[in-house]
Order: sequence, then structure tokens, then C-alpha cells
Amino acid sequence: MASLDKKLKERSSSTNMSLSDSPLYADRTKVYPRAVTGRWRRVKWTALVVLLGIYYLVPWLRWDRGPGAPSQAILLDLDGRRGWIFDVVIWPQEVYFVTGFLILGAIGLFLATSLFGRVWCGFSCPQTVWTDLFMMVERLIEGDRNERMRRDKQPMSFDKAVRKGAKHFIWLAIAAATGGAWVFYYVDAPSTLVKIFRGQASMEIYFFIGLLTATTYMLAGWAREQVCTYMCPWPRFQAAMLDEQSLIVTYEKWRGEPRGKHKAGESWDGHGDCVDCGLCSAVCPTGIDIRDGQQLECIGCGLCIDACVPTMQKVGRPTGLIRWDTLARQQVRETGKGSLKWRIVRPRTVLYATLLALVAAAMLVVFAMRNDSDLSVQRDRSPNFVRLTNGDIRNSYTVKISNKTQMPRQFQLSVERLPGASLAIANAEGDSTTAARHMATEANGVTTFRVLLTVPAKSAPSGSTPVEFVIRDDQGRERASHDAVFVGPAR
Amino acid sequence: MPTKIEKDQLSGTDTTGHEWDGIKELNTPLPSWWLYTFYACIAFAIVYSVLYPAWPWFNGHTSGLIGYSTRAELTQELDAQAKARAVFIDRIRATPLGDIRKDPELFNFAVAGGRSAFQTTCMQCHGSGGAGSVGFPNLVDDDWIWGGTLDQIYTTIRYGVRNANDKSHQSQMPRFGADQILTPAQVSAVADYVLSLSDKGKATPEGKKVFEENCVACHGPDGKGNQELGAPNLTDGIWLYGGDRQSIYNSIFYAHAGSMPAWGDRLDDATIKMLAIYVHNLGGGR
Repeated sequence: MASLDKKLKERSSSTNMSLSDSPLYADRTKVYPRAVTGRWRRVKWTALVVLLGIYYLVPWLRWDRGPGAPSQAILLDLDGRRGWIFDVVIWPQEVYFVTGFLILGAIGLFLATSLFGRVWCGFSCPQTVWTDLFMMVERLIEGDRNERMRRDKQPMSFDKAVRKGAKHFIWLAIAAATGGAWVFYYVDAPSTLVKIFRGQASMEIYFFIGLLTATTYMLAGWAREQVCTYMCPWPRFQAAMLDEQSLIVTYEKWRGEPRGKHKAGESWDGHGDCVDCGLCSAVCPTGIDIRDGQQLECIGCGLCIDACVPTMQKVGRPTGLIRWDTLARQQVRETGKGSLKWRIVRPRTVLYATLLALVAAAMLVVFAMRNDSDLSVQRDRSPNFVRLTNGDIRNSYTVKISNKTQMPRQFQLSVERLPGASLAIANAEGDSTTAARHMATEANGVTTFRVLLTVPAKSAPSGSTPVEFVIRDDQGRERASHDAVFVGPAR
Repeated sequence: MPTKIEKDQLSGTDTTGHEWDGIKELNTPLPSWWLYTFYACIAFAIVYSVLYPAWPWFNGHTSGLIGYSTRAELTQELDAQAKARAVFIDRIRATPLGDIRKDPELFNFAVAGGRSAFQTTCMQCHGSGGAGSVGFPNLVDDDWIWGGTLDQIYTTIRYGVRNANDKSHQSQMPRFGADQILTPAQVSAVADYVLSLSDKGKATPEGKKVFEENCVACHGPDGKGNQELGAPNLTDGIWLYGGDRQSIYNSIFYAHAGSMPAWGDRLDDATIKMLAIYVHNLGGGR
């Protein structure tokens, strides 16, 4: 950091320098976060264990769906084109549920941000969680901040090589487990695990494990805070969700400044509460100083709050010099005129909460009205219609019935808005007209029928006329329909 | 002329050592990431051109160490496809035609395979959906010249109509007008009578008499045809060679004798079976 400052100063002081000679990009200053204990560190550890636990273990949950269906509780079967989520089976045409969940996630994020600031960034973002895990490994092997800084300055030695090697090995192992867990959401986990180690898994599986291994290792091991500062769009536009009533990490500048060293027993007159111990900056995972005020780089993890507590206790000043607070409350506290209540109910939060409730309600309604069957009708257009020996006019259709349940079902097909029409199934066993009343469909699949719709010559419509195909399941509970047309000779 | 490399006072950058008329060039090399990517690409290209077909050679091109070719890859894929299909094809070959329907999986394969074969060998005459055209029968309706049961359709596809195959359907309608069996007036009268069979126009007793004397042998006394002889039904309003009066007159005067190849001589029996099932499934099958 110091050397970079010097360099920049040198360059800007040189009058002969033209603008194009100054560096376009500042070099990254490596961050060596120091270990810290405290309340928010505990919250972060808990979030880490819970979130990683969910991520790594969920594919191993089993769920009995009977024979012929996968026994994995959550399985996004891309080959079979089904999403299995416990007892719910999502078909490709219902992918709008995914859209719904993404909208819910986005609005939920807006609401959380307007209430608690960057709580997502600080505690639950995968980048934060995995970086935390990687930093823990680094600390266990290479020691804490000072030891790591010292070793990095030293020339390569056996000890340094072993420690660095071990660190990268464990990082890669975690990254591989992360990539492995990812593919288990898309394939049967136990059998695929065996295949992966035997070298029998498909190229796609190895590719995605490799991809996720590489990204995890690079992003959590090497890129770290640069992802949040430079790559991620979320910090850039979240300012739109924050206002002066949002909970953020604040530094009480009004009582901290003027900062400076303070000897025990000295008077505090003319001296701020901040003793400039530097711990808040040393523990920061993005390498910033919270005392500089609100910054783009701050991910709101609260570790500086933890770092400041013991210092304040040691020097005998009130804790909370760095604390979760809102800008509005800080302004009031600065004036010393009592305190302000944290306003949770604000137009912004009400709007987000209402939107969240509306979208959730809409999704629930759609889900509740979700049909276990679906009908699709495609008319043959070559030929458009055919005249039979007795003069009747016939159109033929390809009818597809989706049966989303796990058992074979029978459906009754009928056609509406076309008087005198008779339905028949091509190539049905026995009487083809009766067959239209008992259309047997396979479980969890689409069954295709060739349906012939015949109208007597006298009542055949001229040209195209709209009709409606309807299926009812054999219990008469479910109904699905599809619009089509019937074409007769033009008169 | 290369001169000695020196540091430029203004920019603090080294020169390349090249000088032209007192003008010196600053050494501002490419970014190293770019340069190394470029070197990596060169290395990749060399390895690639050794492993894969790359260079023109006297007798074609170098084939590469691992012997890759897109043609071989295609052959492999086609073989794999054929192998995957062979399971079904063998089952279709082994299953009697009428029993294929009993196995839904096999039946679906047969319909799909039949459609595919139809698009290759049949649609040129019968149309992509089997609707036919003048001279080429419509396969979607329920009017059949040589019979519409599964077995009859199979036989027609396998042996064809009026071709050199011994077992092909054979029949010949006389050229009543051209060979002067009937006078033009008689042909005209019987044409009116034939039209009246499908409730069009009015017949004369003369036409009925000519029909009874010349046509009933094949087309039957009521004009409903005979599938044994490939004599079309004349009462149903479905016409292979046109249903207007002039077309019918021409059909009687000159006669028609459409032909169809014996596909059994060219296609595998399993394909013929699949074609029969597909055509039967179009809607008109009996």
C-alpha cells in the first residue's frame, strides 16, 4: 500500500508526465484479514455451517416416490426433463415457477437490503461464505495476519513451500467438493459419486465439476474482495434500496474523533474515544477502514464491530463505537438530543413487502390451480381435410396428453362447438369411437394419439371453424382443454 | 541501424535501440498476458496440426497422429444410431404384422420409422401427408383400390402395382374409345351414367345398358368396384383421375393403368412393415 502511494505521488508530482503515462489501473493491495472473535463472527460461523450444510447435503436427501421414479428428494433431471422437488414434479413448460422464485428472491433481497443493509453480502452470499471458509483454512495453515504478512515477504523456503502447497491443496479439495455437490443436484448423487471415482461418469459431469472447481478456487482463494468490489453488479445498484433508515455498519465519528493513542490514566478531554488501535481495519475482509465512512467496498459483515468491542472495554469507554445503526439515528445521537426510533415501516419497505406478498400469493394460487394433466392438439395440414366414401369430411389431429401423476390414468376426450362430429382414435383396438372415451396414458409422461374428427357431409362447416378439444380424467375431477380448428371444403 | 539502448529522459522508458534520422523508438512491449496467450496459441496450433489433419500434402493432406476425421466420426454416429435402432428393427422383423400394435413401444417406433421411410420413398407421388394427387391415390381417406386392411396395404407396398414383379397387382382396363370397343357416343353415355352413380347429373338408359354390358365385370353391377381387380368404387365421389365429366370421359376412352414399384425389391421387410403400419394409421385403414 505504502509503496503504491509513493509511486502514485511520484508520478503525479512529475510535471513532465502526460496523462497517458499514469497507470490506468491501481494494483491490488493484498488483504490479510486478522482473526477476530465476537458476536457477529459467531453469527457468520453459524450462517456458514448452515448454508454450506444445506448446499453439500441436500442432494443426499432421499425421498421414496415408488418404482420407476428417482429417489432423490431434490433432483433437476435435465435428461428426463423433470424437476423433482419432494412430491412436486415440475415439467419444462412450468419453468415459470423458477422465474417466480427468482422474482421472490430479488424482491426479498430488496426488502432485506432496505431494512438491514448489506446483510446478504456480509453473511449469506456464496462469495462471502466460501471466502470465509478459504480464509479459515489459510489461517489454520499459515497463521494469522502478521505471520502471513511476514512469510509473504520472506524468500521461498521449505516451510513456506509446504504451507502454501498444503493450503492450495485443501482449497482445491474444497473447490472440487463444491463442484461435485453442484452436479449432484442434476443426477442421482450416490450412484454418480461412485461413477466419478471410477472414471465412468459422463464428460459433462467432469466438465461441470472442473468448471465449478476452477471458479470456486479462483473466486474464493484468489479474487476474494475484488469480486465484490469490481465484478458484482449488486453493490453498484443496491444504493437504490438503501436510505437513511437502513441498518448499516457505522462509525460514531462524533465521539471517536479526534482519534489518537491514549495512555491509561490520561484525561479524555480533547480526545476522541477511538484510540487508533487499527484493529477494525486489520480484521476487514475487504481491507477498508470503516472510519472513513460509507464505502462501496464495505460488505456489511460486522467484523469491525466485533474488533472494536474489546478495545473499548480495555480503555473503559462505551462499546459500540462501531455499530449497526441507521444514518438517521446517528445524526440524532450526534446532536445529543435523545435517540430516534428505528423506523421499520417506511414507504419503501411497505412497497417491497407488499410486492413480496403479492408475488408469493400469485405463485401459491398458480401452484394450487396447477393441473395434473395437460392437453395439446395439432391439426394435420397435409391434407387439410379428407372426403370419405360416404361424403363425410374428416380432419385428423395429433393429440398429446400429459399425465403428470405417478400412475397411469385414463382420460375421456370430447370435442365441443362442432355439432354432429364423431371422434375416433386411429389404429385403436376394437371400436375406435369407444376408444376416445378411454384414452390410456402412461405415468409421468406424454402419450400421443392420432385422433380423427369426422363430420357428416351435410353439417360439415365451410372453410375453417374453431373447435375445442376437452379431456376429463376418468374420475371426472380434472378437465383440460385445447383450441383447434376444423376445416371443411369451401362452399 | 541499431544503436545502444538508452533511457528516454521524458518518459523514463527504454528505447528499442533503433534510430532513423535521429528519431528513436520507445520500447513499449505488448502486455505480457497478451504475449503469453499468443505464445500459448502458437504452441496449441503446432500440437493441433500434428495431432489433427492440417497440412495440404501431395496425396491430399496430413492425416494427423490420432487419425481423426469428421467423416469417420459421422460413420461412428450413424453406426451407433443403427445399432440403437437395430433392437427395434429386429423385433419388428420377428413380430407378425398384426401383433405389432399390441406393443405400444414397438408400435410407436413403427409409426415413426414408417413416417421417416414414407418421406424418403413415398411422398414423391403420394404427397408428404399421404394426400396423393391426380393419378396417385389419397392414402388418408377410406377409399382403397387394392384394399385397406393392414395386410392388404403391406402386400401392395411390397409387390407394387402393374410392375415387373410376378406378384404385383395386375389388371388392365380396356381403352374403350381409343381401341374402338365403344363409339364416342357410347362413351359419353356411360360417362353420364357413372356420374349419376354418385348422385351427379342424369343417366340415360343407353348409358346404363353400355355400363351393364362392358363395366360390371370389374366395377360390379352397382359400380362399387372390386379390390381383387383394383377396380375403383365409382359411387363414392372420390376420383383418382378427376371427377368432372371430361375427366371421366377420358378415363373411359383412353383408360388408365397407374403403376407403383415393388418396394420389397428395394427395402428391408421391417421397413415395409413400418410403412404399412404408418399408412394404415393415417386414418383410412380398415
